[in-house]
Amino acid sequence: MADDILFDLLHMEMIVSVFQPDSNDCKKSTMSKLEQIGFYTGYRLVERLTKDWPRFKDELDTMKFICKELWLWMYKKQIDNLRTNHQGVYVLQDNSFRFLTQLSQSKQYVESTCKYLAFSCGVIRGALSNLDIKCVVTAEVSSPPACKFQVQVQRI
Amino acid sequence: MAVAVAVIGKENSPLYVRTVNPSSELKFMYTIHASLDVVEEKVIVGKKSSGELRELYLGLLYPTEDYKVYGYVTNTRIKFIIIVESSYTTLRDNDIRQMFRKLHNAYSDVVCNPFYVPGDTICSKQFESSVKGILIQE
Repeated sequence: MADDILFDLLHMEMIVSVFQPDSNDCKKSTMSKLEQIGFYTGYRLVERLTKDWPRFKDELDTMKFICKELWLWMYKKQIDNLRTNHQGVYVLQDNSFRFLTQLSQSKQYVESTCKYLAFSCGVIRGALSNLDIKCVVTAEVSSPPACKFQVQVQRI
Repeated sequence: MAVAVAVIGKENSPLYVRTVNPSSELKFMYTIHASLDVVEEKVIVGKKSSGELRELYLGLLYPTEDYKVYGYVTNTRIKFIIIVESSYTTLRDNDIRQMFRKLHNAYSDVVCNPFYVPGDTICSKQFESSVKGILIQE
């Protein structure tokens, strides 16, 4: 049984290697690279996870699955708060996000925290995309280690 | 047992079709295409009914005089269609469910392959051998 720490370490190294200081890529393209990695991870993961799951009733049911099962599977805890305006915007609040608990809780590293959220934003977007929900996911950190993921469903 | 197996993607594009007899492939393509409508119907009806657990197995879609068509739809909107001969009466519902479960497992293995682009046709050898196991299971 692999330790949970392996995933944390791998994630940290992934961020470090993508953000090479000597490369010429600007910050935006490296963030989207991380997000893309998360996208395909979430996509394939959800295929496996929903194998034995009964069919979802509606969008809210799918979001609840993401908040509970997917989060449990990846981060060993559930989302603490899910809010929606019932018009396609969902806010997922995690009061102690796994990748941020290791960072200092002062304001020292606030600018770098967005790097640690890019992969997870991608995972949410990939998972929802496989479940037939096209969306845009953004994240914000107001007071680490708590963070909020905002999911905006794109309805045609 | 099964005469034909098909995997249909999200936009109703065929990802994989295999039949026991290659010469009757066209006839089965028509049947599979027509059964997609029935699948959509069942999925929409399922959405409206709430309360009971909605399962992925859709059951018998429609019987023709020679064949029976069974359907299964995953949460990721991938449809599996299995066609069996009508004359094969000893086939129980449970056997069909087992076949779909095997198919679903094989499909999720294909998706986890990093070289597989979702939406492409499936060319995995392992998938082929699982499907062969379903097609010729005597």
